[in-house]
Amino acid sequence: MKKITLFLMLVISSITYSQVKLDTVKIVNTKKGIRKSIKTIANTSIVSSKELLKAACCNLAESFETNPSIDVNFSDALTGTKQIKMLGLTSPYLMITEENIPSIRGASQAYGLSFTPGTWVESIQITKGAGSVVNGYESISGQINTELIKPMKDVPFFLNLYGASDSRFELNTHFNNKVSNHWATSLYLHGNERSVKNDMNHDGFLDNPLGKQVNMVNRWQYSNPETGWVSFINFKYMQDDKQTGQLDFDKNRDKLTTNYWGSEINTNRFDFTSKVGYLFKDMPYQSIGFQNAYSNHNQDSYFGLNQYTIKQQSYYSNLIFNSIINNTMHKFVTGLNFTYDKYAEFVNLEDVSRIDNSVGGFFEYTYDNNDKFSLILGGRVDYHNRLGVFATPRIHVRYNPWEKAVLRFSAGRGKRAANIYAENQNLFASSRTFSVLDTNGKIYGLNPEIAWNYGFSFTQNFLMFGKAADITLDVYRTDFQNQAIVDLFQSAQEVLFYNLKGKSYANSFQLDFNYEIIKHLNLRTAYKYYDISTDYLSGTYQRPLQAKHRFFGNLEYETHIKSKGKQWKFDYTLNWLGKQQLPNTSSNPIVDRLPEFSPSFAVMNMQITKTFSSVFELYIGGENIGNYRQDKAILGANNPFGPTFDTSIIYAPVFGQMYYAGLRYKLK
Amino acid sequence: MKNVVLGMLLLIVTFSTQAQEKKNKNAKYTIEVNGNCEQCQRRIQKAAYSVIGVKSAIWNVETHQLSLILNEEKSSLLDVKNAIAKAGHDVNDVKATKEAYEKLPNCCLYERK
Repeated sequence: MKKITLFLMLVISSITYSQVKLDTVKIVNTKKGIRKSIKTIANTSIVSSKELLKAACCNLAESFETNPSIDVNFSDALTGTKQIKMLGLTSPYLMITEENIPSIRGASQAYGLSFTPGTWVESIQITKGAGSVVNGYESISGQINTELIKPMKDVPFFLNLYGASDSRFELNTHFNNKVSNHWATSLYLHGNERSVKNDMNHDGFLDNPLGKQVNMVNRWQYSNPETGWVSFINFKYMQDDKQTGQLDFDKNRDKLTTNYWGSEINTNRFDFTSKVGYLFKDMPYQSIGFQNAYSNHNQDSYFGLNQYTIKQQSYYSNLIFNSIINNTMHKFVTGLNFTYDKYAEFVNLEDVSRIDNSVGGFFEYTYDNNDKFSLILGGRVDYHNRLGVFATPRIHVRYNPWEKAVLRFSAGRGKRAANIYAENQNLFASSRTFSVLDTNGKIYGLNPEIAWNYGFSFTQNFLMFGKAADITLDVYRTDFQNQAIVDLFQSAQEVLFYNLKGKSYANSFQLDFNYEIIKHLNLRTAYKYYDISTDYLSGTYQRPLQAKHRFFGNLEYETHIKSKGKQWKFDYTLNWLGKQQLPNTSSNPIVDRLPEFSPSFAVMNMQITKTFSSVFELYIGGENIGNYRQDKAILGANNPFGPTFDTSIIYAPVFGQMYYAGLRYKLK
Repeated sequence: MKNVVLGMLLLIVTFSTQAQEKKNKNAKYTIEVNGNCEQCQRRIQKAAYSVIGVKSAIWNVETHQLSLILNEEKSSLLDVKNAIAKAGHDVNDVKATKEAYEKLPNCCLYERK
């Protein structure tokens, strides 16, 4: 009975790759924070909530710090939000979903990851490469799916408090109630605030924005194993206000004046999502699901004298049918989806609003011989009012050549409309003029972005001195047929947007080595090489603010769990970044010039958790404990309304070392 | 939206019941099959799947129970048992031949009753 419920829940929560995830669910009890099954077909790793606790703060953007597959950028001085990259490409090229419903798209692209508090998250699945076609055609270099804690499995009460030396405070409370045998509900409330101005580098500008966020979700889960019906219903509301700029900036007095330079970014967002699923009683391999999501995203902002507002109303619907052909070695998933996005967007009062809609059908076939070989062949055809009619083919292959080894290959196509302003809004906080050079395309004058991604991965698990070790080699390439180029090489006074003329590609190579050195002491290391080259008008350059070489190391140690769950946990992370290509600043006077490449440097984070019992724990930690800071974080800081002002060139931490402490309390 | 789901459901349900006479297209059986290890699991499942009409076959390494979903219009439970016995694994009432048993890989040489 329990099994059936679990299975039912799974079907709904994991309609994409449902076949694949079933394999991985069996190992929920293993203690690893990041799991990679050798049976999954796509190159997917699963990050458990345990791993998420290692980065105690605070939201989805920050939960990838201990993960080698994803590079977390340093928050820019302006917004304090961290951007993530996979295979060297920024998050617009990833498909980011929450419970398999696309969540960070369009207007939410820049700050969306900071709108999901970390404590809400149950697990994250990270897929490198093309990914599934079930949720859409937009993903190019990878997919990240977040599963929130399920009301049926939740604890009645959870409390988390956090405070940090950069004067950020967070509060998370979770309430859960099992209403009946079939219904359970959770209410999560999150608040965070930073109300003290910090200027560690004495440039007269805040290092972190002042901010306030109120975020809440109410979830309902229905599950009835007798009838086979399951459902999820979510309501979310979020209000996020940020203020940054010069220390003396007073928003009531100085807004949109040249008294002092300042910026405010105020966002509110409402989400409604629902899922209904039915599992055929006599045919456990067959199910049908229907997902619906509506969101209303509203951002009102100004950056000095630049004004930017974007409002996105979005509707998404996906009907999914899972079944088999002859037997469970041949599975398929097919369905239809529909999206509608209404953007009301104003760039310095210029109206660039638009309406996008698309309808598409997909079919994905999975073959698994229950042994060494499996394959996913997926395809979809969509009609989009700006992208036209197009096909999206994708393939994933898995093969176990010998014991404990797995070889994977994937290839696929992605296509998307680049929201050039929303995705690059950090550039508004500079004196750059924005120019779109093309006029014939349907998206701000530009053509859709199209890319092919190919990848190959090999993993070998083995024993070294009697302890588990594994080594993984990943090689991926993304080839752009067209790209909305963001050109920062023409001059430091402008940013140009135009269609790719020539070549643009991203090659990535990653070597991972993980080893359990002694019992309870685990080492995770990765070396990453990126060659991301684009033909700009002024020549061919590496993608700016991207290190060619990166090294990642993580060491975790846990003591034995003593009576009542008493335990110590220690965690240390090192990130080394090689030199990074910087945007062209040669048109600036010498004081406001940056070299062509940034210096290399390392950043270290550390955390200690003391669990007093299974219901209460305390943690303390430090970020950037080596206190590495970028000098000249803001160009032209002395004259913010002058021609050289630029806050967007951030290649290293702006804020120095930061320490934090927090507690977690659970009522079971 | 519920209507759409219901509609789809109806469609599928009518589809699958249409051709039904008396034989069950989704007959469920659980039978005991002898074996030891994961290699046996693959062998047993492979043998079961080789029978046309077997939709799902999952053998549990610990309990030695094989859970089957079978389209009885296409084959019978006995066909499945025969196929598994032919691969060398004893089923409760159908025994493997001595030759088939002896061809089993080492880890699968279960104790014969």
